[in-house]
Amino acid sequence: MQRVAELSKEHAVRAHSEAIAFVAMACVLVVAPAFAYPVFLMKALCFALFACAFNLLIGYVGLLSFGHALFFGWASYISAHAAKVWGFSPELAILLGAGAAAGLGVIVGALAIRRQGIYFAMITLALAQMMYFFAVQAPFTHGEDGIQAVPRGKLFGIIDLADQTNMYVTVLVIFLGCFLLIYRIINSPFGEVLKAIRENEPRAISLGYRSERYKLVAFVLSAAFAGVAGATKALVFQLASLTDVDWPMSGEVILMTLVGGLGTLFGPVAGAFFMVALENYLTTIGQWVFVVQGVIFVVCVLLFRRGIIGELAQLLRVKL
Amino acid sequence: MKRLITLAALAITFGCGSAQAQYTDGAIKIGVMNDMSGTYSDLSGQGSVIAARMAVEDFGAAAKGMKVEILGADHQNKPDVGSNVVRTWIDVDKVDVIVDVPTSSVALAVNEIVRDKNKVFLVSGAAASDLTGPKCTPNTIHWTYDTWALANGTGKAIVKTGGDTWFFLTADYAFGHALEHDTAAVVEKNGGKVLGKVRHPFPGTDFSSFLLQAQASKAKIIGLANAGADTINSIKQASEFGITQSGQNLAALLAFITDVHALGLQTAQGLIMTEAWYWDLNDANREFAKKFAPQDKGVHPTMVHAGVYSAVTHYLKAVEALKSDADGKAVVAKMKEMPTDDKLFGTGVVRADGRKIHPMYLFEVKKPAESKAPWDYYKLRATIPADEAFRPLAEGGCPLVKS
Amino acid sequence: MFELLGISSQALFGQLLIGLINGSFYALLSLGLAVIFGMLNIINFTHGAQYMLGAFTAYFLLQYAGLAYWWAIVLAPFVVGLSGIIVERLFLQWLYKLDHLYGLLLTFGLALIFEGTFRNFFGSSGLPYSVPPALQGGQNLGFMFLPNYRAWVVVFSLAVCLTTWFVVERTKLGSYLRAATENPTLMRAFGINVPRMITLTYGFGVALAALAGVMAAPVYNVSPQMGANLIIVVFAVVVIGGMGSIMGAILTGFGLGVIEGLTKVFFPEASNTVIFIIMAIVLLIRPAGLFGRGA
Repeated sequence: MQRVAELSKEHAVRAHSEAIAFVAMACVLVVAPAFAYPVFLMKALCFALFACAFNLLIGYVGLLSFGHALFFGWASYISAHAAKVWGFSPELAILLGAGAAAGLGVIVGALAIRRQGIYFAMITLALAQMMYFFAVQAPFTHGEDGIQAVPRGKLFGIIDLADQTNMYVTVLVIFLGCFLLIYRIINSPFGEVLKAIRENEPRAISLGYRSERYKLVAFVLSAAFAGVAGATKALVFQLASLTDVDWPMSGEVILMTLVGGLGTLFGPVAGAFFMVALENYLTTIGQWVFVVQGVIFVVCVLLFRRGIIGELAQLLRVKL
Repeated sequence: MKRLITLAALAITFGCGSAQAQYTDGAIKIGVMNDMSGTYSDLSGQGSVIAARMAVEDFGAAAKGMKVEILGADHQNKPDVGSNVVRTWIDVDKVDVIVDVPTSSVALAVNEIVRDKNKVFLVSGAAASDLTGPKCTPNTIHWTYDTWALANGTGKAIVKTGGDTWFFLTADYAFGHALEHDTAAVVEKNGGKVLGKVRHPFPGTDFSSFLLQAQASKAKIIGLANAGADTINSIKQASEFGITQSGQNLAALLAFITDVHALGLQTAQGLIMTEAWYWDLNDANREFAKKFAPQDKGVHPTMVHAGVYSAVTHYLKAVEALKSDADGKAVVAKMKEMPTDDKLFGTGVVRADGRKIHPMYLFEVKKPAESKAPWDYYKLRATIPADEAFRPLAEGGCPLVKS
Repeated sequence: MFELLGISSQALFGQLLIGLINGSFYALLSLGLAVIFGMLNIINFTHGAQYMLGAFTAYFLLQYAGLAYWWAIVLAPFVVGLSGIIVERLFLQWLYKLDHLYGLLLTFGLALIFEGTFRNFFGSSGLPYSVPPALQGGQNLGFMFLPNYRAWVVVFSLAVCLTTWFVVERTKLGSYLRAATENPTLMRAFGINVPRMITLTYGFGVALAALAGVMAAPVYNVSPQMGANLIIVVFAVVVIGGMGSIMGAILTGFGLGVIEGLTKVFFPEASNTVIFIIMAIVLLIRPAGLFGRGA
């Protein structure tokens, strides 16, 4: 009896730690524009969402995708095109972008899920490179120039997103909303099955779960959220370019998640903010950018595998 | 070490602001943005920051009581990085003018942002002739060169000297296509023929297959509609496959002296290209190069560096005349009103569509035996007078030009 | 002579030969990767950077020590192989017990460090390295002009590839290596110094990359990013060939060079991507690669 009581108290504290952290994060983000440049914050938020989406796949399903830029970049192209050429209002453009990413996720997922480990990673890389080629060739993407001068438009037809504050609030709401959704997915029966598959797939199958299906759904969800991030980013920067679909972008999101902490809830957010801040600083000392990124990779893999949030969680003995 | 110093916000304070002049934030802030770590870092990069600094010094801003600051940043040839830097510069650092920006995709993105925020954009590094065409704005001036001038210079001059059949080796992206298209038009207009073309993926490494196709076409001239490492590799491999030896000539449609330096004269000899400026053309240029080279690790100034110098000089003159840097449109209008005059480009003018006008030069790369010193690479084959060098005003399609 | 889809047979043979030449670079590079992965289960993303180091070492040897190409062919792989051994001892040995992912990420980070550092000091336009005098000029084969140097590349690569395959698959040393991978504990029980074998094997794989770099120096641009452009393609080659298979890597390398060459003739814009299309197809039909063992 006492053990059960202790356990439920433990559970309550742990559940609390995540809730506390979430509230803290939300509060910080709400007041942040007063202290930091809003465009920088919006960029960090988009990448944080991208990293959260990626983390859903690697942290909770155990699948390393080397081609996630595919979803991020193509969603950004579709949403930019919708907003600029078809005159969609921003929320519809973002939805369309995310939907496109989800659709691509179904195709890529169906092809890649059948393999494991490094082969899975290689298939995602191959398909991402093919889509990169397609992005270079397709006339609507304008190749190297990208889709420029994307109008931010009016949210729901009334809120003008050209205003910096309106845009920021929109991005923040999108981020927090998706973050909560991801949390809900992870902490649900569906999420438990995913974790079971990650831990021991044969056993999960023997218990009657069709692991392929679960993995595919997780993949599509991850792709969709990455799509939301990409589509939003296109509107924030009013630009969709080849960088977003290229393989270094896939590498970046891996790095962000790794630095932040694989498989933790807040890790990707911390990692994204860290990397975006670092890159901001590095543009003024340009030439060392690759070396610094490389050093971070090496240090994280050797000494810092749990990442920022992972280490913090370990220190505080809570779940983050 | 020098790099670290200059790449941070480099404040060059020259006395305090004059009581009558109204400069935003009390200073004139110049943002030099280009590729500091990639393919174009040699032809622009650090050197452009140095050139800007030299322009400010020669202008004597201190003596005139103008406070000028120069900032440098790396756009890594990516439009999103470039946009981000420019936005931050304008919103947070109160930068007044953006200078250089090679890589047309970045320049086009910056073009939009600078117009929206009413600052000034002086393009030296980028080639897209659209900047003075459909995409022209009242806030942008395109200095140095553009795809039309290159196509016209190299294309026309070569056809006139007998190179009337062409085969294009094109980098498969917007810039490559534009360059190929412009040059093909010039070639055909002057009586030449385009025998074929092949598009190589960008960036490419091995061009042997494409060069073989060029060879098979038997065209007299193989036009290289690419840039940077692609051009260097194409030329190197053409030499290896005996293409230049067997009578076909290579025309590098966009090449810089730094590319020739990377290739070495043995490989690059005989190459024909158009540039806007060369350090060994006259005494003023030589003097500039002598001051510039030690600051840039011995690299001699390219036309892009010279363009930055010239643009910054003219900008400072305009701002001095207006006694203000706040209104980008007004400054650019002033720059168009005043004729240009600096020691590197001499006299010239900025047109209504934002195109800076000056003569262009057709060069041929010397043989190793003909070169007397390092960086002594070019011999002058022709000078294209200023009024013929750039696309006629009426043909551009720039909305600012009232027809 | 016949015509195929608008290309004369002459041009076609020329392109096939070029494809073979490019294929030998792919084969040589993927050989090193296959050795490292097949023997050590390490995914060496630094391979491209080590290829670049080989080319730069050749350049340095010429610039500063006056040692020409023929010295470089021996010394550069040795020097870079040594650096590989240092990398293995310093970094990689801690990762063997972990997921493959970490090895990949670490080597990726190392690649960034090497390439970034060289970029800082040497810029990006590249450095000149000329074809050695003994191999300059070429033969007119009728359908094309074949530079001597490129012919040498094919012959030498083939020799190196076949020798390596022979050593790994057919000699006692090779069998020790293969056994050490499959069952290190048992091998240790036999008194074989397994960690040392692993270290030396990694060094050997890296030396192969550096050798490819020296061979590339006279024909491709010696620039800090030369490896980054190739590495993804080479990975695709190894994956298609089968990640543990030496012969698979060799055959796929040459084969893909030829296919890429043909693509350049008929659909040049796609030549960068055809390899990934093939990789995706192969992985779907034969997940372990064409010659690989185990999925």
